[in-house]
Amino acid sequence: MNEYYFRTEDLSVGYNGNTLIHDIEIRVRAGEILTLIGPNGSGKSTILKSITRHLAAIRGDSFIADASVKGMSYKELSRKLAVVLTERIKGELLTCWDVVATGRYPYTNTLGLLSPADREIVRAALEKVHAQELADRDFTAISDGQRQRILLARAICQEPEIIVLDEPTSFLDIRHKLELLSILRTMAKEKGITVIMSLHEIDFAQKISDKIMCVHGDRIEHFGTPDEIFRPEIINPLYGIADGSYNITFGSVEMPRPAGAPRVFVISACGSGVDTFRRLQKEGVPFCAGILYENDVDCQVARSLAAEVVTETPFMPIGDAAFDRALALMKTCNTVICTGVPIGQTNRRMADLIAQAKALGLLRDGAAEG
Amino acid sequence: MSQVNHAARNARYAAVFAGLVAALVVLTVWNINTGSEHIPVVDIVRIILFREGDATQLGIVWKLRLPRIIASALLGGGLALSGFLMQTFFGNPIAGPFVLGISSGSKLFVALTMIAALRFVSFVSSWMMVAAAFVGALIAMGFVLLAARSIRQMSMLLVAGIMISYICSAVTEFLITFAKDSDIVNLHSWSQGSFSGTKWDDVRFFAILILVCFAVVFCLSKPIGAYQMGEAYAQSMGVNVKRFRVLLILMSSLIAGCVTAFAGPISFVGIAVPHLIKMLLKTAKPILVIPASFLGGGVFCLFCDLIARTAFAPTELSISTVTALFGAPVVIAMLVRRHGGRA
Repeated sequence: MNEYYFRTEDLSVGYNGNTLIHDIEIRVRAGEILTLIGPNGSGKSTILKSITRHLAAIRGDSFIADASVKGMSYKELSRKLAVVLTERIKGELLTCWDVVATGRYPYTNTLGLLSPADREIVRAALEKVHAQELADRDFTAISDGQRQRILLARAICQEPEIIVLDEPTSFLDIRHKLELLSILRTMAKEKGITVIMSLHEIDFAQKISDKIMCVHGDRIEHFGTPDEIFRPEIINPLYGIADGSYNITFGSVEMPRPAGAPRVFVISACGSGVDTFRRLQKEGVPFCAGILYENDVDCQVARSLAAEVVTETPFMPIGDAAFDRALALMKTCNTVICTGVPIGQTNRRMADLIAQAKALGLLRDGAAEG
Repeated sequence: MSQVNHAARNARYAAVFAGLVAALVVLTVWNINTGSEHIPVVDIVRIILFREGDATQLGIVWKLRLPRIIASALLGGGLALSGFLMQTFFGNPIAGPFVLGISSGSKLFVALTMIAALRFVSFVSSWMMVAAAFVGALIAMGFVLLAARSIRQMSMLLVAGIMISYICSAVTEFLITFAKDSDIVNLHSWSQGSFSGTKWDDVRFFAILILVCFAVVFCLSKPIGAYQMGEAYAQSMGVNVKRFRVLLILMSSLIAGCVTAFAGPISFVGIAVPHLIKMLLKTAKPILVIPASFLGGGVFCLFCDLIARTAFAPTELSISTVTALFGAPVVIAMLVRRHGGRA
């Protein structure tokens, strides 16, 4: 058997015979999570629909454990692959239990009656998504978060080897996003179920996925592990966002930095400056920050938001170059904010910098201002 | 699912089915019993079970009332079934053979066939009528599907169906008006919808057809259940959606055509009955809704036919007049409720 559980070969997808995206080569091992990221309308759903055969592939094919998906009957496919789709379920007068139980479809008899074993599987699936208490509720009367969990339970019920989810976290609040993704992670690791999904939240994508695929334009821009993909030089152009807004360490994104000549100089350390940086950004005040050690949290955020950041190598005494640059910048600003800096052996010169600011009559106490 | 709830549900299902069967029996007896000739219940039992009793009454029961009752029950059930299938297909609770113009399409083709047959071969057989009705239903359905392709909105689809229905009815009336043959006078009452004048030969024919269709539809419960979740999900559960859609169209058109061939177009049964049944059962599970709708359609039409026959006796109302009277308010209530729920 091929080392990859799921792969596509020379896959081209699109609508009505028009190719939208070509040369899609997916390679995923069993139990891995592959996440498709990319801007709105880039064709993530189109790719997923082609994998699940809801859309006929224009060229090429997908393979589940070396078996061609095109060559399978829908019935065979349904025992291997389950889906959670974005489309709304019309199901009227169906309880959540009924909806989850439809996952047993490929296994039940001609009339679709559930055996006691099937019932047990439905119950276990509800338990897995923490939705036992929803069993008797009407499916149309529950919240989006609950609905998404029920649909996941339905997919689990189908006992698939691979689950395909199209933006499963849209419309969910943060707690339910976390919950849903943890369930997926557990399933992938414990049961070896392969997960292919699309996500808008790149921070989650980075943290949950084993493989990432960037969909942009008419091709797959990048395919690789999160370490390879989550770099500013890949993410920024993918979403067309300004340089520096995407922070690789946190996987988070900052608002665009204010434009113009810096008016404020922020002196901070050890995370005391983050709030001030963001506040200045919100008010649209361009600012500089320094002197920050490169491993300081403040430095990470300042690099996204400040017009210029004066930095120093970690654990080294502050050198003349950094000090002079900071002083020069400070003089071009009309205010200096100090958010509190613990002074120690290596950063003793920060005290001098603060003293200079005071002497210039620019210093405002950031903490006192609240 | 909790045990208590499970038991309560099953009790509800059992109660609904028992109620429907009881209503069917009561209405059957009542239908035999009432009319221009009043026949006591005791005599009815004797007439039906032992075929003995007063010769006139024997004739009335066996030649007139019984075939008509069987027609009402089976064709009514068929209408409800056909309506349920169309609602499933279109994902819309107000789809049905009458509003979508399927019945009118059948009506037009049956009228054409009758006129042609009487002129050239001078007889009309049951299977010719059903074949014509089926073709008419399929052609009307074809137009509805064409409209559905370009019109995404469900309400517009219904408008298209109603227009098709008007066109077909207009052409049918035109044909009837100008066909001078005396036999075609019968066409007029038929084209308004009626269970009267059903013959045993017809009964045998449609009983087999409708019951076979019912069995087939019942066996489709499982994919219909999957289809209720939406096409994409149905496919992911292993349903060959394309083939299944064709099957739905064929079955619903065949049933609607068969009913129209024998009783003419009958309004609202197809929409009102499945809806009422779902409300009673409090579930949309096809394995329950299909048999219950079939029974319910029979009960509903027996009831309406009783009124059509007796309300202004000896003048008979057309069956559609009565089904509309009882069915339309149900449909309106359903629409109001749905929109109330959404707003």
